[in-house]
Amino acid sequence: MPEPAQLGSRRSRILGGPRSEGARSTLIAVVSTVVFFGLVVLLVTNAPGWPEVKRSFFSGEQFRESLPDIASAFGLNIRLFLVAEVLILVFALLLAVLRSVPGPVFFPLRLLATAYTDLFRSIPTVLVIYILGFGAPTLQISGLPTSPFFWGVTALVLVYSAYVAEVYRAGIQSVHPSQEAAARSLGLSQPQALRFVILPQAVRRVVPPLLNDFIGLQKDTALVALIGPVEAFRASQIEVAGSFNYTPYLATALLFILLTVPMARFTDWLIARNRRRELAAGGR
Amino acid sequence: MSALTVEGLRKSFGRLEVLRGIDLEVAEHEVVCLIGASGSGKSTFLRCVNLLEPIDAGTIVVAGEEITARGVDVNRVRRRIGIVFQAFNLFPHMSVLANVTLAPRRALRLSRADAEGRAVELLERFGLADKRDEYPDRLSGGQQQRVAIVRALAMRPDLMLLDEVTSALDPELVAEVLNVIRELAAAGMTMVIATHEMAFARDIADRVCFLDEGVILEEGSPDAIFTRPREARTQQFLQRIVEAGRL
Repeated sequence: MPEPAQLGSRRSRILGGPRSEGARSTLIAVVSTVVFFGLVVLLVTNAPGWPEVKRSFFSGEQFRESLPDIASAFGLNIRLFLVAEVLILVFALLLAVLRSVPGPVFFPLRLLATAYTDLFRSIPTVLVIYILGFGAPTLQISGLPTSPFFWGVTALVLVYSAYVAEVYRAGIQSVHPSQEAAARSLGLSQPQALRFVILPQAVRRVVPPLLNDFIGLQKDTALVALIGPVEAFRASQIEVAGSFNYTPYLATALLFILLTVPMARFTDWLIARNRRRELAAGGR
Repeated sequence: MSALTVEGLRKSFGRLEVLRGIDLEVAEHEVVCLIGASGSGKSTFLRCVNLLEPIDAGTIVVAGEEITARGVDVNRVRRRIGIVFQAFNLFPHMSVLANVTLAPRRALRLSRADAEGRAVELLERFGLADKRDEYPDRLSGGQQQRVAIVRALAMRPDLMLLDEVTSALDPELVAEVLNVIRELAAAGMTMVIATHEMAFARDIADRVCFLDEGVILEEGSPDAIFTRPREARTQQFLQRIVEAGRL
């Protein structure tokens, strides 16, 4: 069997990766990147409508003026995201476990969990936010919170848990049945085997796809604006309404980019690290 | 009292009947080797004895208790029966020590200190003391399989089932695992061993059973089976083994 290093170089030759041919390919990459983006910039800045776009989307003055307000509203997006994420991690794991419990007795549980994931993956997130945000408080049940933050988080948790549960479930199914057999053969009960042997391996494997879902969640916190709370997107709308200049939207986009890009890079890094580990373990 | 009594054991997977009425009695401290071609039912038999596969008919009695009876707590039964698999099946996310102490701590509810004491003692006995903090993927196949045996022994089972434990190993690593099994036999462990290592079976077994198409076709002392097999199928099987240079 070839060494991992050989495998790597062969793969990068096939895919045209930059590392195999060293300095020369780096140079080619740099030149082609500069040429490509140079052309794009030239094309855009020479378009007939560019001066108008530049004025209404790239106003430095507007940017400086609106950024502090939007940035402070962005704190709400981060709060929405953090609270929802923790709840999703727990609730989705519960759903995934329910769907994975074997035995005919538990069929109703599996059915419920399956129906749940089907339902909430099929309704657009915006609709769930609208229905809960406007519907639930109207019920006027005493003790039921009416704050849009609460219902916004609830909607995000309901929708994203359905996706994340499927990710968890894929992880659970990826653990070979022989692991469960080994655990059960030692006298561990079914729940113990799940808790100590299967879930730890499953969760480790699905961290990258989980983070991928959370990148989506970070952006979808903007949808909660539709039921009232002034988060970054709503704050930028308010700025735009006052000035008729669209630069605040760009400022908001920048904030989201600053939040999600590090997460995306981190996810890629984790995936690459997992791959390296698998290659190292497989080559032994 | 016999350590294991199996009567009329039948097991099908779909329409394929893998075990077609197995009768076997194993005395305490006895070492029984199961030989036979792949697909003859050796592995399935061992998995049934450990209740990893539900059986279709028959009874299995371990140390006087019918473990196939209704309402038997399978977890309690499995704690008394150790099984070691061909593919080791160590838990890859745990260190050697955690692999060995998991079941004593969680199934037997031993304290961490007691479980680790037990584990360290066994790891030392089988020359694995310096591997206690390693992860399985850092060990050779032979070391992994020895850890798997230690993991089963940490439950202090009355009966050990070994399912072709050397079949996944490189040839040079087979001896270290077989030596562990020899030591267990010398210490009086009751064992049922499915194996393709005929020389080893001949050397270690008190009794050898030849499985063919889901039944024990012939059984007897190693000497009787390997030098004077009665059945034509047994003779054919051993002839092929000899031709392959494995005996």
